[in-house]
Amino acid sequence: MNGGRIGKIQASSKHIIMKRKIIMAGILAAGLLLSFAIPRFNLLDQYVQLVIMYIGINIILTLSLNLVNGYMGEFSLGHAGFMSTGAYVSSLLTVKVFSLGAGTLIFPLAVASGGIAAALLGLIVAIPSFRTRGDYLAIVTLAFNVIVKSVLENIDAVGGARGFLGMDKLTTLPWTFFWTAASIWLIRNLIYSNFGRGVLSIREDETAGELMGVNTQQVKVLVFVVSSFFAGVAGALLAHLIQYINPRSFDIIRSTEMLVMVYLGGIGSIAGSIIGAVTYTFLLELLRPLEIWRMVIMPLMLVLLMIFRPRGIMGLREFFWFVPVRDFMITKKFKGAKADAAAERD
Amino acid sequence: MNNKKVLLEVKDLTVSYGGINAVKGISFLVHAGDIVTLLGANGAGKTTTLHSISGITPYKGDILYKGQNLRKVPAHSIVGLGIAQVPEGRGIFGNLTVMENLTISTWQRKDRSNIKTDLEYVFDLFPRLKERIKQPGGTLSGGEQQMLALGRALMSKAELLLLDEPSMGLSPLLSQEIFKMLIRINSAGTTLLLVEQNANLALQIANSGYVLETGMIVLSGTGDELRGNPLIKEAYLG
Repeated sequence: MNGGRIGKIQASSKHIIMKRKIIMAGILAAGLLLSFAIPRFNLLDQYVQLVIMYIGINIILTLSLNLVNGYMGEFSLGHAGFMSTGAYVSSLLTVKVFSLGAGTLIFPLAVASGGIAAALLGLIVAIPSFRTRGDYLAIVTLAFNVIVKSVLENIDAVGGARGFLGMDKLTTLPWTFFWTAASIWLIRNLIYSNFGRGVLSIREDETAGELMGVNTQQVKVLVFVVSSFFAGVAGALLAHLIQYINPRSFDIIRSTEMLVMVYLGGIGSIAGSIIGAVTYTFLLELLRPLEIWRMVIMPLMLVLLMIFRPRGIMGLREFFWFVPVRDFMITKKFKGAKADAAAERD
Repeated sequence: MNNKKVLLEVKDLTVSYGGINAVKGISFLVHAGDIVTLLGANGAGKTTTLHSISGITPYKGDILYKGQNLRKVPAHSIVGLGIAQVPEGRGIFGNLTVMENLTISTWQRKDRSNIKTDLEYVFDLFPRLKERIKQPGGTLSGGEQQMLALGRALMSKAELLLLDEPSMGLSPLLSQEIFKMLIRINSAGTTLLLVEQNANLALQIANSGYVLETGMIVLSGTGDELRGNPLIKEAYLG
């Protein structure tokens, strides 16, 4: 191969990576700054701020479910169960264990603990569940969701069916921004790693994946655990935003809502997850004046979506910025003419 | 037959699916550097044999690779040991690009830095894949998909390739092209175990072959011997 050309491509690849890093850092810094400034100077009214936080939480949830349903091609129907685990565990920590105002300090720890508790539960569910596939996995996870809800309803220490309250409003705009950005970053890196390629192979053809050397059993369990972790984090954030949780708010309806966001935005796409979560949350608020008619219009839109875009808005496609530079540079390297053109343009 | 090292040894392999014996105690050898073919009609047990070697079908008997018994080795680790299969029907990851297809099979590899060199080797063998590098595997033609399946197996750095009917669904001309590539792959040092229905093509390139019928080996010999065998002529070559 032409050494000079490869040199040029490597240089241009470094160039793009640098440019991207600077812009990404800029976006992150601006976002973080805004998330502090908005509540501090009341740039937006309380309601809009609340909606923004809902969006952040929903992005985390959608990404979490997209990992299992979109990228891995399995079907989980019980993610609200993991969400409730995160919500209850973190709330117990902030209310019962570290009360007396220490909540603010240990809040990140409480959220992470909620995630870890959900991840552990995910591990317990995943090991037996992944002996089954497709429809069966959906049924197992659905059953799990129902079990978690019933168990919570019968534990008096967390209020039983009455619900649990007493949390301070610890979920703020900066924290929501932080956890959302962190989730996007972590899941994006996971997907574009070698491990992530294995996840995709399970969706495409599990047997072929195994024949290509992918430890499919291990990948499935790990992905489920990671996904549960993020669902737990989202649950913890939600609990400390609305300051009241009860088992009913984590039932099958909540799981369905997550599915809707995933399939609306697009399976197997980070950009899709974000678009799905944003669109759904916005629509839900915009259509609020329609009251009960909302429940007619939303499903109707879904039906239309499934007819015209069965894979969702971004199904299996990705926004350029989420694709690692090396992934498209390596293809350029092997495509002579185009690579030269790109190298010259930059 | 020859003094080459034995790479793969199959001893008394028996596979049953719910009480029906698909493979009934077959034994054969694959020497390093050879092309060995398993011939037979539909249902003779060829694919089942390959699946047993790859570890995705439970079996009785023993399969030894470089002297190591593969019984307790999970399928994905078998790939790591150096056995890759090009599955029947190719098993392309349809929604993933050619590049992604090729990189997935490097999952077991520890020598990450050599992957680029191997990519160049694959693209050198199949320039067509290079042109289609960004295209989803599912949009390739049958012949291109077969090339992709071969390239993907090569990317796992296999020493032994198990090929399940590479000529299936391809025109005679394309099949010939694929088989030319198989000779090239073999001369670069990769051992091939080739399952085929197209006995004519397979015996042209094979050092030795075994004929399976309803789960048993009924004939074996060198490629030339089998081609000259009247039984084979009648049953497969026409």
